[in-house]
Amino acid sequence: MSTPVLFDVPGPRARARARIGTAIGAVLIAALIAFVLIRLAGNGQLDPARWAVLFDPNSGVPQALSKALLKTLQVAAVGMVFATAGGLLLAVGRLSDHRWVRVPVSAFIEFFRAIPLLVVIFALYFVLPKFGVDLSAFAALTGGLVLYNSAVLAEIFRAGILSVDRGQREAAYGIGLRKSQVMTLVLLPQAVRRMLPVLIAQLVVLLKDSSLGFIIGYFELLRQARSLVEFFSRDFGSTYTFQLYVAAALFYIVVNVLLSQLARYAESRTRRSTKTAGTGDVELPADVQMDAGGGEAPPV
Amino acid sequence: MQFFIDNFDILRDAFLTTLSLSLLAGLLALVLGTLLAAMRVSPVAPLRGLATFYVEVFRNTPLTVVFFFIIFGLPQIDFVIDFFPGAVLSVGLYTAAFVCEAVRSGINAVSPGQAEASRALGLTFGQSLREVVLPQAFRTVVPPLGNVLIAMVKNTSIAAGFSVSELSSTLPRLVNANAGDLLFVLLGVVIGYMLITLPAAYAVHRLERKVAILR
Repeated sequence: MSTPVLFDVPGPRARARARIGTAIGAVLIAALIAFVLIRLAGNGQLDPARWAVLFDPNSGVPQALSKALLKTLQVAAVGMVFATAGGLLLAVGRLSDHRWVRVPVSAFIEFFRAIPLLVVIFALYFVLPKFGVDLSAFAALTGGLVLYNSAVLAEIFRAGILSVDRGQREAAYGIGLRKSQVMTLVLLPQAVRRMLPVLIAQLVVLLKDSSLGFIIGYFELLRQARSLVEFFSRDFGSTYTFQLYVAAALFYIVVNVLLSQLARYAESRTRRSTKTAGTGDVELPADVQMDAGGGEAPPV
Repeated sequence: MQFFIDNFDILRDAFLTTLSLSLLAGLLALVLGTLLAAMRVSPVAPLRGLATFYVEVFRNTPLTVVFFFIIFGLPQIDFVIDFFPGAVLSVGLYTAAFVCEAVRSGINAVSPGQAEASRALGLTFGQSLREVVLPQAFRTVVPPLGNVLIAMVKNTSIAAGFSVSELSSTLPRLVNANAGDLLFVLLGVVIGYMLITLPAAYAVHRLERKVAILR
């Protein structure tokens, strides 16, 4: 149902009412923004000198933050590769004809989708060492991200595979392909193309979740911002606290928006492509749309 | 077993914190999300724009960053907010964007004939939305909405980082104090979450079957 079905095209009086309402609303929002700015200025947070530190190479801040961004991207990249591969395997496993494959794989997927990512990472980082398996912060963080996201991605791929028109599978069997060939040559290529936008969206989530590294002491963006705050507070008190956190937040938002744009581009291409014509509507598992974790903030 | 008896108080309090955080944030998200969805289909273009902006911003921001701005940003404009209400606000505002998208997809799923008929009867936009479209929309989005709320329960774990002593935050604490019972510690926390998510999933399933519309 497209939007205009819900109401008649507004007449002159309704349009006038809407214009007045818009004007009042705009004034209210402008007042709110002004209020926030005034309060911030009143607390001295808008002082240019406080923001200059973010761009001054002598302070070491730009270098430290860009290094932290690299480390964040590192975790995310390794996590993305392994989670995608794991997700594909799990999805195929869950659709297997063999009960002894299907049941454990389903249990694995459901288990990791049911518990918060933070708990998985805690388990890897705090509990495993007590059994003699010492993981670095990097390994624990990446491991947690891979375990959790491969379970979620498996559900995405499964939804994609199931969305491929039945005729495709039947035709593939009809020309004598084996089960593995049907999967790898016919179903998966179409499923992956169909799910590409969702896949990218989930990888954005993975990137966001890498901020959980903060808690276990991996030097990604948030952690770096925190340690810079600690470093500066020795000499300057909490002068730069707000600015550093805002900078870290902006890094995340910019990278995420870029990736989301990529997802949108992929979606517009998929929609036009004839290579996904054999797929129908997909019903997605919902935690696909929402991320599972986030990060921890330090006590101020 | 001794572990559970010894630490029952800690786990129970943490569980209740997670539960009340989930319930309050879920309520906030449902109300705000529905309002946003109504705004996104409304005849007034600026309202549509505002709601779209809200959804886009919150979907592209990590929940952590939302927490940051609520708990450490608000005091900068002289609103000091306690950790627990701050967590409720953060999780609620964040989830509202996803609730809005779910409800909107439900509104789009209602057959156009329904809205056309209600307009033909002379109902206003608000009336046709309230009386005709939304009741049907909610029925179709019970499963996705339920999934969003279940994902939200897991998202509340981030509050652990903001001095709210909920389930996840007990894990590192109990691990250090009970080196001998690590699996029990893990089990206690996982069971705590499952005590919320599994009944919720079951309730969603029952509700879905009860209110489903056959088309």
